[in-house]
Amino acid sequence: MLKLSPPFTAEKMRALKVGDEVLITGTLFTGRDAVHKHLHEGGKLPPQVNLQNGMLYHCGPVVIKDDQGRWKCVAAGPTTSIREEPYQWQVIRDYNLRGVIGKGGMGDKTLAACKEHGCVYLHAIGGAAQVLAERIKRVCGVYMMEEFGAPEAIWEFEVEDFPAVVTIDSHGNSLHKDVFAASQAELAKHL
Amino acid sequence: MNMLQDSLLELIRRTSVEIPEDVHRAILNSLEQEKKGSIAASAMQIIDQNIALAKNKSQPICQDTGSVIFYVECPPGYDQIVFEETARKAVKTATKKGFLRQNSVDSITGKNDGTNLGPGAPALHFHQHRSAEVGVKLILKGGGCENVGAQYSLPNEKLAAGRDLEGCRKVILDAVLQAQGKGCGPGILGVCVGGDRATGYEASKQQFLRKIDDNNPNPELDRLEKDIVATANKLGIGPMGFGGKTTLLGAKICVLNRVPASYFVSVSYMCWAYRRQGVSLEADGKISQWLY
Repeated sequence: MLKLSPPFTAEKMRALKVGDEVLITGTLFTGRDAVHKHLHEGGKLPPQVNLQNGMLYHCGPVVIKDDQGRWKCVAAGPTTSIREEPYQWQVIRDYNLRGVIGKGGMGDKTLAACKEHGCVYLHAIGGAAQVLAERIKRVCGVYMMEEFGAPEAIWEFEVEDFPAVVTIDSHGNSLHKDVFAASQAELAKHL
Repeated sequence: MNMLQDSLLELIRRTSVEIPEDVHRAILNSLEQEKKGSIAASAMQIIDQNIALAKNKSQPICQDTGSVIFYVECPPGYDQIVFEETARKAVKTATKKGFLRQNSVDSITGKNDGTNLGPGAPALHFHQHRSAEVGVKLILKGGGCENVGAQYSLPNEKLAAGRDLEGCRKVILDAVLQAQGKGCGPGILGVCVGGDRATGYEASKQQFLRKIDDNNPNPELDRLEKDIVATANKLGIGPMGFGGKTTLLGAKICVLNRVPASYFVSVSYMCWAYRRQGVSLEADGKISQWLY
């Protein structure tokens, strides 16, 4: 297990390779379908959302207000990342993203952007909403809630030891491509 | 609050926070299969911890609490309108309490009113039977696994799949290959051979009402189910697509008649976070028995 904490620099990301298990500490911003479409169409982010050299988490959490009116995250696993494939490379380029966290992997455009800009794709465990919610120590804010609704809004989370696996590194390697090719070849033997 | 509404709220809560026993056994078995120290094994460990944590905290196993699908078996004369109204109230309350995410979006405007109610949400299927009992089963099916479902029209030239069980086998295994880890594997397949585009998918989803360790009463389908699981688990896709030994935990296959011109194979994929529960209800709506 490797620990990843701020500042998230390109150098730190370049040191990671496919298959590394990491524990992330620091700030994560969530962003999924609506946010990516918004950015792709030239939309702006609220000033509080600082993605520069940051980590973007593909996640639509369950967040409720407690008795004192404070946000409480009750479930926060990753959502499927491939839907952001048409847009992700641009967001990596425009904001110098250092990490994209999600599940299921991404395609060639994201792979190329990770290589060019020093970013990695980090695979969190899909469905593990409770284990991952426990690592969220604080909900720091929520943005664009009105426009997008709770699952699609941008949530700012402070996380500690958030577990993920590097499945696309910044050297052009993708575990997803490797597993697909190997499983396709294996399947051919059984048909 | 009336008794039926309380019972349905409890059914939703328990479905969202607890994995059924048969599924949990299959997951523990998969954890044992994976090589110690591999990322597949650590994924399965996190999954196992997550199952315990969700139950203890009474919070959703997965944040995508999915499509809410009720299957109701009831005697003739049972008031389905009252049931539907009560189910809608229970869904709204469960959402407020955080057992369900605000998960229902207007497909045109993109608005999410936070209630989980709207056209098609929740989905209800009623079936009359001769018994006086009322049984309610519930499936919460997340979007990640729903997105990797696939429907094939046979013959399929690209896959060299003809209109026979061998052809069905080819397309079902293709669905597993294409899904990789995107449906949150290790997964469970529900398959329907035949029917039309709507009834085929519908019947494929109803396969998720079966227990993971049951046997298909049709020996040919039973063989195919076991073969699909064994073959899929040789592909090395593994938990989350990380590579590993368990790609599928189960496969359940049913058949419907078809018209001569059509031959559909509809494949639904269920993630490891297989949320399915059911209750028998007494006449006043009180839960008399849990079904899984």
